[in-house]
Amino acid sequence: MAKITASVYTSHVPAIGVALDLGKTQEPYWQPLFAGYEPSKQWMKDNKPDVIFLVYNDHATAFSLEVIPTFAIGCAAEFEPADEGWGPRPVPKVIGHPELASHIAQSVIQQDFDLTIVNKMPVDHGLTVPLSLMCGEQDPKTGAWPCPVIPFHVNVVQYPVPSGRRCFQLGQAIRKAVESYDEPLKVQIWGTGGMSHQLQGARAGLINREWDNAWLDQLIADPKACSETPHIDYVREAGSEGIELVMWLIARGAMSDVNADGAGGAAPTVKHRFYHVPASNTAVGHLILENNA
Amino acid sequence: MALDKPYKDVPGTIIFDADQSRKGYWLNQFCTSLMKAENRARFKADERAYLDEWPMTEEQKLAVMARDLNWCMRTGGNIYFLARIGATDGLSFQQMAGSMTGMTEAEYRDMMVKGGRSAEGNRYLGEDGDAQPHRQPQGAAGKKGN
Repeated sequence: MAKITASVYTSHVPAIGVALDLGKTQEPYWQPLFAGYEPSKQWMKDNKPDVIFLVYNDHATAFSLEVIPTFAIGCAAEFEPADEGWGPRPVPKVIGHPELASHIAQSVIQQDFDLTIVNKMPVDHGLTVPLSLMCGEQDPKTGAWPCPVIPFHVNVVQYPVPSGRRCFQLGQAIRKAVESYDEPLKVQIWGTGGMSHQLQGARAGLINREWDNAWLDQLIADPKACSETPHIDYVREAGSEGIELVMWLIARGAMSDVNADGAGGAAPTVKHRFYHVPASNTAVGHLILENNA
Repeated sequence: MALDKPYKDVPGTIIFDADQSRKGYWLNQFCTSLMKAENRARFKADERAYLDEWPMTEEQKLAVMARDLNWCMRTGGNIYFLARIGATDGLSFQQMAGSMTGMTEAEYRDMMVKGGRSAEGNRYLGEDGDAQPHRQPQGAAGKKGN
């Protein structure tokens, strides 16, 4: 039986990808940020999963306004890094896990979440920046990511995005789906995006360190209460793009201490926590939680 | 019955909802077209001619040619789509975001390095934070006129 071993949470700022790709990681501006991910890279080596279920949002790259799926699961055998207008990031293509992805799609849809199934999807910085941060830089031709990745897209571009509550419930459904897969795979679930940032208007550049950290505390200790945070609180307190944080609740909902039917398993162990301002316009938050049950 | 839109009273912020999306459909689709290198080249060679291939409003075309991202957003643009124009011009997200505040690139970058813009006074219209309408433009540009 497959199981979820851990969840990882991280911002996915495009400028981090640019800094990596241009070899700027040791510059004074970027050094403190990348230093915060050094323990994470080691942790990834020590805890290599068989599959990563990676929750992110496409940034008007694979999905224009022609089609706007709220939740979309990538079931393809592979996914190419997208050209977002600056040329594709020089990173390896992403190898999927079509069998597990299709299994999760079938199970989760039968649990009443109406996923969109995607068999062709270029993946943008939302997906590749977290991989680079956690797995280190990889040569685009000779390198490879450490394991297959199932991309899971959430609409956070056109309002309303799905509620935190819905995302949290979806995480629980994904866990059930994973645990009903026969092969004994170790699966990590990653939630990406956030933390506080606003990329538009006179209020661009908003950062809310206190709110971000209180939200992180609650995500760890009382995720159900955290999932009740209304949309407008994200917008007002964490900026219009801070609403990406709902994606973290999908990963948190998939952890084994969360159980809709009553008492869950033991609380997860916090293996790493990191917070840094700024990366370009954004507050960077990062967590690694390991399951204990 | 009208939908509840509690986000209308956040200063300096346009939430890209279904109404904005409908208004901005062709503007944003034009932006998407700039993800192809040959379209970027054609746009750069003759902006007006390229824009005229799209059923955008005249105001949207003027806003694009002026590179006024706040104006683009008022006419239905979304920042993730508008970023394709910035990419075509070789700008970073930070340069684009900063351009909407009236600050110079250096002023905006400096604000971010110092921890970013505070939420204090910027949660509701009518407060006195630096993102409020009566305090625009920001940075040195805002001080010159006073």
